Amino acid sequence: MTQVTERATRLRSQAAAGISGFARNWLVFIGAVAVWELATRLAASVFFPPPSEIVATAGQLWFSGPASQLFLSETVFDHILPSIGRCLGGWAIAVVLGVGLGTALGRSRTGMEYVGPLFAFFRAIPPPTLVPVFMVLFGLGPGMQVATIIFGAIWPILLNTVDGVRSVDSVKVDTARSFRTPAPYWIGMVVLPAALPKIFAGLRLSLSISLILMVVSELIGSLNGIGHQLISSQQQFEFPLMWSWIVLLGILGYGLNAVLLAVERRVLRWQPTRNDDA
Amino acid sequence: MRSLYRNLAGLIGFFLIWEGAVRVGLVPELFVPPPSEVLSTTAQLLGQEPFIRDVIATVLAWAIALGISIAIAVPAGLLLGSIAWLRTATRAIVEFLRPIPSVALIPLVLLVVGGGPEAKITLAVYAAVWPILFNTIYALAEIDPVLMDTARACGTSRARMLTSVALPHAAPFVFTGIRMSAAIALILVVSTEYVAGASSGLGNFILEASSGGTNMDQVLAGTVVAGVIGYLINDGLERVGRRMFRWNEAVGEAAK
Amino acid sequence: MPTMLEVTGLNHRYGKGDGAHVAVRELSFSVDAGELACIVGPSGCGKSTLLRCIAGLIPPTGGSVRLHGDEVSGVPDDLAVVFQDYSRSLFPWLTVARNVEFPLRWRKLSKQERAERAQEALDAVGLSGVGKKFPWQLSGGMQQRVSIARALASKPALLIMDEPFASVDAQTRFELEDLLRRVQREQQSTILLVTHDIDESVYLGDRVLVLSKSPATIVADLAVDLPAERDQIATRESAKFVTLRGEVARLLQTGPAAPATTEEASDEVTAAADAAEWAATEEEAAETGGATKEARH
Repeated sequence: MTQVTERATRLRSQAAAGISGFARNWLVFIGAVAVWELATRLAASVFFPPPSEIVATAGQLWFSGPASQLFLSETVFDHILPSIGRCLGGWAIAVVLGVGLGTALGRSRTGMEYVGPLFAFFRAIPPPTLVPVFMVLFGLGPGMQVATIIFGAIWPILLNTVDGVRSVDSVKVDTARSFRTPAPYWIGMVVLPAALPKIFAGLRLSLSISLILMVVSELIGSLNGIGHQLISSQQQFEFPLMWSWIVLLGILGYGLNAVLLAVERRVLRWQPTRNDDA
Repeated sequence: MRSLYRNLAGLIGFFLIWEGAVRVGLVPELFVPPPSEVLSTTAQLLGQEPFIRDVIATVLAWAIALGISIAIAVPAGLLLGSIAWLRTATRAIVEFLRPIPSVALIPLVLLVVGGGPEAKITLAVYAAVWPILFNTIYALAEIDPVLMDTARACGTSRARMLTSVALPHAAPFVFTGIRMSAAIALILVVSTEYVAGASSGLGNFILEASSGGTNMDQVLAGTVVAGVIGYLINDGLERVGRRMFRWNEAVGEAAK
Repeated sequence: MPTMLEVTGLNHRYGKGDGAHVAVRELSFSVDAGELACIVGPSGCGKSTLLRCIAGLIPPTGGSVRLHGDEVSGVPDDLAVVFQDYSRSLFPWLTVARNVEFPLRWRKLSKQERAERAQEALDAVGLSGVGKKFPWQLSGGMQQRVSIARALASKPALLIMDEPFASVDAQTRFELEDLLRRVQREQQSTILLVTHDIDESVYLGDRVLVLSKSPATIVADLAVDLPAERDQIATRESAKFVTLRGEVARLLQTGPAAPATTEEASDEVTAAADAAEWAATEEEAAETGGATKEARH
């Protein structure tokens, strides 16, 4: 009983601390926006519109649709959703390929000796330089963009997976062998869980790379998408519009990373260092 | 010795498959020239002054950007890492700025600072500051409390504690951040050159070569050179790190 | 009682030619069903090698191991091993219950039967209420109980234990020793336990096999005729216990067949044996895809 009440009190105080921390963060954030508003109004530079103007433009741009579309405008369906789809689609393919190949290579003793330097070289290639190659292969459009994203995002996942799979503790290897663990269970219940912390580090890095490459590929060769809208608003000197796309990309980057972190926290909750209810 | 042979076998095997795929017609030769052609073009280009100028422009911009990033991020990280209220005060701003993909700022930076080398350096700095900053803050937060208590019990002053306990501890983490930033800075420099059509640099070379659509051997040669530069940077920094921080097992493991 | 384990002329050598290190030489013994046999030997004598050969984790370079009459090649079906290092042997990503269920996963059991058997095993080691916790939330002694429960859940014909209590504190160790004897008698299991602790071998065992310094051979095979019910205080005080442990200690120190060696020389031998055993285990681990990062002791 006392334990329960103690726990409740602790939870409540934790929640209180969380809320006050949260409030403080937002206060600071609001203060920063206010300073930004003031500075831009004083400077009156066309390049730097005040945030109030950016928000107004963004609201008009994204939420002017009919009620049947939850007030989302055509822009959302024509540009934002396709962009997010290509980014996440390319990333998802890179995850499947990277984890699959990485597990196979990590299990093989000699596999990495054959392809290790090759992959290190591939990883070192700045992915945007391959855009022209993918452009002639897949044409202007989603194929080229997804290919660029996959090529950029796969290496951190693959190499981290190899690393993680290699790091399975020798006592766990012996334990699994002494139970005659069949291969699927060995991979699924021992090797991959052991590699997960490293895999997640790779996933986080590759997700931000995917977002970068989504923008780059749309800046260069695309007929729609956030990057395309960003560059065309710049070319038409519509600066509040351009800023609203920049802000959207910031929100996207923040949101995608937050979701992945939440998934990671859930999947890796067995790690003593990230205990939430110790 | 055997692993070296296998490394070479892997590389040669890749080139053979590529060559074979083009020769058999699996990939149209016009779009993806065979490696024999790409490598000979690379060799030719490396003998030409304008190409070398482009390479130098890229590497120079990369080096300057990385230098500026270190000069900004390490002191800032030390400050934020050791003063708690400063960290809380800036957290929201940092959390807001960091997720903006640096390439999203390309159009803005082009407007504000123009299309010269300043643009790519600015963007590369913006992107490269974060890993160093976060690794530095993380390193200071991760210092073993026992270590700090021991130092405090020995009567070490606050300033000495920073230089003799905190810095040596943080150094490997900071270095890991620098390694990550080095790779990101190169991507940003080349991307900006490519997207913005800067007047010089590897990215610009690739853009010009690709504009006709018939010089794919030059495009791929540029890509190969960019890859080699990236590989040398990464491998070089890894070696330096191993040599400098032999005592620390955290090297090579990215903090975040 | 029928013979459960029969080891005949077992040899194991690391390396080849002149540089070879012989870890186990012409070793023969057998364990009857339902017996708890302890092997005690000085550190670095090749105990680990011997266990790994018997468990089928490494093939011996000579001789044979038979489990209930079948020649052992590779890890046999109905065998389980409890390792010394419980924190590395348990899977931290699985809850306690799932750890115990692990060896039952690929058996033809319904989900419910599997859960029941895991629960039985946990009950047997006195850990009824912790199934939903993760291993790191338990104390060291409790974690080792979990690995014992996991080994028992697979209902092995032979349970091999490699210094199972060497990493827990003395108090917990006594508890675990009594627990092991109780469970062994309840479940009629056959256990082969390796230890370097003389007292533990005498207290736990129905039989004590004394190993020589490297290369490992059996110096003596002593029956422990203490009463089946043992008590940490009374048993350890009894004259029989004291005599037995004295005998084992003398055998370990001199060894009837071992020539008198100077202390330094034997230390060197031990060190060399340790090193060789290590090199070999590491090589082996690398082959199976795991990287050995640190020494076990």
